[in-house]
Amino acid sequence: MKVSFILNGEPVTVDVKPNETLLDTLRLKLNIKSVKRGCERAECGACTVLVDGRPTYSCNLLTAQVEGKEVTTLEGLRDDPIVKELTSKFVERGAIQCGFCTPGFIITAYALLKSGKELTPENVKKMLEGNICRCTGYKKIIEAVTAAAEALKK
Amino acid sequence: MFYRIPEINYFRASTLEEALELISKLENVKVLAGGSDLLIDLKIRRYEVKNVVDISGIKELSYIEDRGDHVAIGAATKLQDIVESPIIATKAPVLAEAVNEMASWQVRNVATIGGNLCNASPAADTAPPLLVLNARLRLVSLEGEREVPITEFFLGPRKTVLRKGELLKEIVVPYERGAGASFIKLGRRNAFTLSVVAVATLVKVRNGIFDDVRVALNSVAPKPVRAVSVEKFLKSREVSMSAIEEGAKRVLQDISPISDVRASADYRKEMSVILTKESLLRSLERAGVKL
Repeated sequence: MKVSFILNGEPVTVDVKPNETLLDTLRLKLNIKSVKRGCERAECGACTVLVDGRPTYSCNLLTAQVEGKEVTTLEGLRDDPIVKELTSKFVERGAIQCGFCTPGFIITAYALLKSGKELTPENVKKMLEGNICRCTGYKKIIEAVTAAAEALKK
Repeated sequence: MFYRIPEINYFRASTLEEALELISKLENVKVLAGGSDLLIDLKIRRYEVKNVVDISGIKELSYIEDRGDHVAIGAATKLQDIVESPIIATKAPVLAEAVNEMASWQVRNVATIGGNLCNASPAADTAPPLLVLNARLRLVSLEGEREVPITEFFLGPRKTVLRKGELLKEIVVPYERGAGASFIKLGRRNAFTLSVVAVATLVKVRNGIFDDVRVALNSVAPKPVRAVSVEKFLKSREVSMSAIEEGAKRVLQDISPISDVRASADYRKEMSVILTKESLLRSLERAGVKL
């Protein structure tokens, strides 16, 4: 079946099987590699993308479900000032160890900073609960996101 | 690639009418509202499904409306929209409290309240708050509509009163003026977790007497349940710590937990008593009652 959606601002049409996940379509057909294959069961957050601006697990979404929607990945946010700030704070604070979970964390944090939600360390922790870092570096990740939010306020 | 979704036929319904026609016509069919549970269930082969009807794009099924004495929630309303709704925050805060602890932001952005109910997991977290709020479910099919109290909706694990060709359309949540309600969930960890046991309670107090008491739990029976023994014991009784402690113990008459990967039956029993008491105390505090 044909599915059309907006990927990082550009309209795309892909030919997919009804049981194909958005994760597979992005990685295998559209060369989007910031979206990682992790647990494949909606738990780890490495495959997080934005669908109409909202963080969503692409491993547990049929590509057919994004017909007509806007899908955003980090590839589409390279020049975004919020993502740049987040990236530099992640580096500064040592919030990256192996790096596999990082794109998922950055894009979820990006959505959080864009949302205008209150950003206490408690709330950052709560909203990032759907992203897992198996190097267990949560403290620095939360610090980096909070610091980026502070820096962007100025 | 470890998990694969089996081959399915996919149908996208853009109106309620279209969805009803599809689910009544197709055999071996499942409704996909967000897919957060269904797609995993397909991956682990919980169900053998041939046809999937996607209702996520049906606008007329996604809304939260204040209708004075009740709030109406469209079945395909996303969980995160419930968490962020000012209407729910004022008229049914205990529902927002429960939903805020469900899964993760990414899941709440696709999962729906109707999906959580129709999937009928014994651990469904939208169930205890809706049970204590005496919510009513509006079910619709090509033949017409009927309304079922949520207390009669669940039949057992993954089983509801929904008939072939029938769809949950709306959840009607009565506004309980002057009540205090709370929800407490115990999981294996704090973040992104399933319930080991969760309790919702609602109380109304007049002149120091329990005027109304409602208690509901999940994960401690084949379906989410009301703790009627606790309710009967406390109703019309004077509010006191000893009455609450005595009442909370009665929860054991209402539950039949099993041991599973998350906890033992004995632990669930103990925690049901403790959390029932804690939640009753919290509800009283919110109703402005001092012990």
